[in-house]
Amino acid sequence: MICMTSELVTANNTGNIALGIDDQCVEPTDYMRRYHMDVLLHQRDETVLKGIRTKKHSLVGCINCHTKQDGHGQNIPINDEGQFCESCHTYAAVKIDCFQCHRSTPDIEVANDE
Amino acid sequence: MMNDNSIDHYRRRFLKNAGVTAASAVGGVQLINFANAKSDDQAVADSVRWGMLVDTSKCATDCTACVDSCNEEHGLELFDRPESDVQWIRKVELQNKSTGHQVSLPMLCQHCENPPCVDVCPTGASFKRDDGVVLVNKHTCIGCRYCVMACPYLARSFVHENLENQRSWSPRGKGTVESCNFCVHRVDKGEQPACVVGCQSDGHKALLFGDLNDPDSEISNRANTISSRELRADLSLNTAVRYEGL
Repeated sequence: MICMTSELVTANNTGNIALGIDDQCVEPTDYMRRYHMDVLLHQRDETVLKGIRTKKHSLVGCINCHTKQDGHGQNIPINDEGQFCESCHTYAAVKIDCFQCHRSTPDIEVANDE
Repeated sequence: MMNDNSIDHYRRRFLKNAGVTAASAVGGVQLINFANAKSDDQAVADSVRWGMLVDTSKCATDCTACVDSCNEEHGLELFDRPESDVQWIRKVELQNKSTGHQVSLPMLCQHCENPPCVDVCPTGASFKRDDGVVLVNKHTCIGCRYCVMACPYLARSFVHENLENQRSWSPRGKGTVESCNFCVHRVDKGEQPACVVGCQSDGHKALLFGDLNDPDSEISNRANTISSRELRADLSLNTAVRYEGL
């Protein structure tokens, strides 16, 4: 699975990690490709149930870093076709539920706030 | 990929933080922020119980500052369908039939100590945080709406519409139930809920928010000295929201 995902990333270049803040993701890329869902699930329960709001593994952080902009400087939703989340998830045939509730572009106020 | 915008973003963030630090140093934000906010990596503790005291004598009939602030803070979109639009806080007008005396008050989730919504939830999505805030975990909410029926304060709403561009700090989606969350994203940072700030900046100061477990907090002192009551106290829910002047 790791191999498949890596090949996909190399093949169509959609998994390019476009980082606005740093060249390094919060964890090594290989780890994130395999385990990002566990990391997010853990953080989600910590935040909702216990009010732990560390930034490192927050979904908002993912979106703020990995969203790309179109030619007019507008943010493209991260789950749009060919974008960071969608490209791999379509390939792996795994539905993303996150964005039924979470916004899929950076929030301006949050970008200023964090 | 660092573009001009992101440099701007860092400059703004730095200046903002510097400003907040400076303001804290002179004590200018004491009214808005709590002195001992928890750090981001700290879990909420049951040593705290967040509560609200409403002074109905200061709550103006024609004022909707709390409702507006709430809608803005959480990005509650209204579709001009009052029957089904979500509502986390609403204004209620009461009139004593024999005297004609009128009272206006904000109605929101009362954050009960013994919440009926939590009792009836089949998935455990409706839950009470250790600090007494009653929330819906939308990850596990199946939209059955038992809690909506169980709440004696009609505080819960169901999201009927597809939503986009939600606030990043307030994720909301079709098919789940929601209600006032005491602005946990703000309270966890040591800030006051949006409705309280809205009421203050409108000059009414009818809402007082704080820790009911702290005997020295302003809300505890006031609750100790001035008569206030729970709504539907007969249900023994021990609500965290209390009303003066009823």
